[in-house]
Amino acid sequence: MKKILAIILAVMMLIPSFAMAENIVKIGVFEPASGDSGAGGKQEILGMQYANKVQPTVMIGDTEYTVQLVYADNASSTDKAPSAASELVNQGVSVVLGSYGSGVSIAGSPLFAEAGIPAIGVSCTNPQVTAGNTHYFRICFLDPFQGTVLANYAYKTMGITNAYTLGELGNDYDQGLIKYFTEAFTALGGTVMGDNFPNGTADFTPYITNAQMYGAGVVFAPCSISYATLIINQAAGQNAEFALLAGDTWDSNKVLEAATGTNLNILISTFYQEGGNVEFDEGFKAWLNADAEAMTNNGGNDIIAAVSAMGYDAYFVALEALKAAGSTDSKAVNEALWTTTYEGVSGAIAFEATNGDAVRDTAYIKTVDTATGAWQFVAVQGTN
Amino acid sequence: MLKTVLPYLLTGIAVGGQYALIAIGYTMVYGILRLINFAHGDVFMVAGILMVYIMASGLPLYVSIPLVLLLTAAIGFVIERIAYKPLRSAPRMSIMISAIGVSYTLQNLVLYITGGLNQFYPKIPFISDSVAIFGVNTKMVTLITPVLTIVLVVALVLLINKTKIGMAMRAVSKDFETSQLMGIKINNVISVTFIIGSFLAGVGSILYFTSYNTVIQTSGAMPGLKAFVAAVFGGIGSIPGAVVGAFIIGICENLIKGLDIILFKAGITTTSYGLATFSDAFTFALLIIILIVKPTGLFGEKITDKV
Repeated sequence: MKKILAIILAVMMLIPSFAMAENIVKIGVFEPASGDSGAGGKQEILGMQYANKVQPTVMIGDTEYTVQLVYADNASSTDKAPSAASELVNQGVSVVLGSYGSGVSIAGSPLFAEAGIPAIGVSCTNPQVTAGNTHYFRICFLDPFQGTVLANYAYKTMGITNAYTLGELGNDYDQGLIKYFTEAFTALGGTVMGDNFPNGTADFTPYITNAQMYGAGVVFAPCSISYATLIINQAAGQNAEFALLAGDTWDSNKVLEAATGTNLNILISTFYQEGGNVEFDEGFKAWLNADAEAMTNNGGNDIIAAVSAMGYDAYFVALEALKAAGSTDSKAVNEALWTTTYEGVSGAIAFEATNGDAVRDTAYIKTVDTATGAWQFVAVQGTN
Repeated sequence: MLKTVLPYLLTGIAVGGQYALIAIGYTMVYGILRLINFAHGDVFMVAGILMVYIMASGLPLYVSIPLVLLLTAAIGFVIERIAYKPLRSAPRMSIMISAIGVSYTLQNLVLYITGGLNQFYPKIPFISDSVAIFGVNTKMVTLITPVLTIVLVVALVLLINKTKIGMAMRAVSKDFETSQLMGIKINNVISVTFIIGSFLAGVGSILYFTSYNTVIQTSGAMPGLKAFVAAVFGGIGSIPGAVVGAFIIGICENLIKGLDIILFKAGITTTSYGLATFSDAFTFALLIIILIVKPTGLFGEKITDKV
């Protein structure tokens, strides 16, 4: 019996090597599928999976390659990200997509650099992800931009002069965005006070009380979704009168679900607004409705998160780079990425020549319609 | 001044009550088995997840709450039978590692079932409602928690002091081997201890997740750790100690989170020093100080060396 089992296991281990015979190009998906950012990471992966379904092959040179997505879960944690990154390196991927969350992207970056594999950041907005290296690119806007946009919106459009910021200690995304928001908001003439909460906090009532006592008109809390839902629920429980302001992470169905039926005013900035590209919207929704697992990963409904649209675009940018490189060699892909351009569903994508950041100048501001539980488009906001 | 401090005090007392309900589980198991049951915080989290799924299945509230408590108690019982009982005569380190194993198993099981997505705890009528006291808006559960905690603790103390099983528990915690010789069925006593501990964690989870309505697989870690600190602080093995410790930690933690504003409003400071950041650091610093000054905790019994 044991011998048979051993033979079966040995045969199973051989199968993947047979599969290698085909022409396959591997694209690494470096995303959190669990942890605080698990919900967002999964939605970003959905965009890539859908793109892979729409365009499963790519012509590199004269040969047609099948694109294989290789997943590695960085578990939203900076200490697990390096091992997830090395897993992708070992799998021999040509290019990496991700991650959702800047901290894990920064943590995984050195491993990609060492292996000479380029990475395309999908929604990681912290400047440090791409600063000072030549292998990390990104297709989204940056935190200095996003923080300034939100500060402008709060001060100029909403007419608020008192802001309170709330971020997770040691989270690069939260702290970066809060820093840029604070700088821009105080430069405009407003005053800012803020607190940081440690990882694993569930009790946000004292912070909400702090904001209320301080008389804040807006609470800027660009934290992970699992904290966002807690903050929303507890702010509603304390009859908060301030508006909640956040960045792209809050663009999630979980936020909608938590906010439905409350009296809160929640505003976020994001990359994509549903309705921006009808063809993509319809196709994506049809796919979600046909695939039960995809539907669960999207949070149980077919509302399109901006990160899904970004994941979709990132996949096609990777294909363009592969085509331009004319080979699956990661170093050639890295070279080709500098000049790659692509007209995506979230707008035109091109990389600037110093850090490989996307050239973007507008963000979408959305709000939660708390009666119907849907996103409502508010404005397109630039930096002035 | 009072108006400034009151909201923090209220949530502090509520949080303290929730910690207390978890801390009792730690302290009772330690008292009897000399085991720190690291899986206890995760049992608390599983109780939260069970509630999410049972309510989603459409069962009415008066069925689902008892069902959750029953299942949580059953989980505690099963964990003890599977993971700890076979190790009864093994070195204490083995059973502790087994506890850590159970903790990870539960976390990963929940990760697998929920897919790592945060689940919303169902709204329980009445205790989820908002209420205003002295001009402070809070949830009903904030007021109910300390009362319910005290009632349950008094009931537990009565059980331990007045009933036969309680007497057996006290005997076992005094001397494991001798009580066995006296005809006490040790396994039953230990099972009852785990059932009571898990049941209270179940009650705690209802109160806790009604206040903080998101459940993920790691939700039990922090409350579990704080409750453990509370149990050590009060003197591990002592039930009143665990309760007092939990309230002290809950209140101090919340006051520190609001300290900046309190000092600001009182006119003592003019800028923010970011003191809220140190609320957790304070909790654990307190633990270290207590262990240095009074190694057995506030109400801990003196250890007498047996000859």
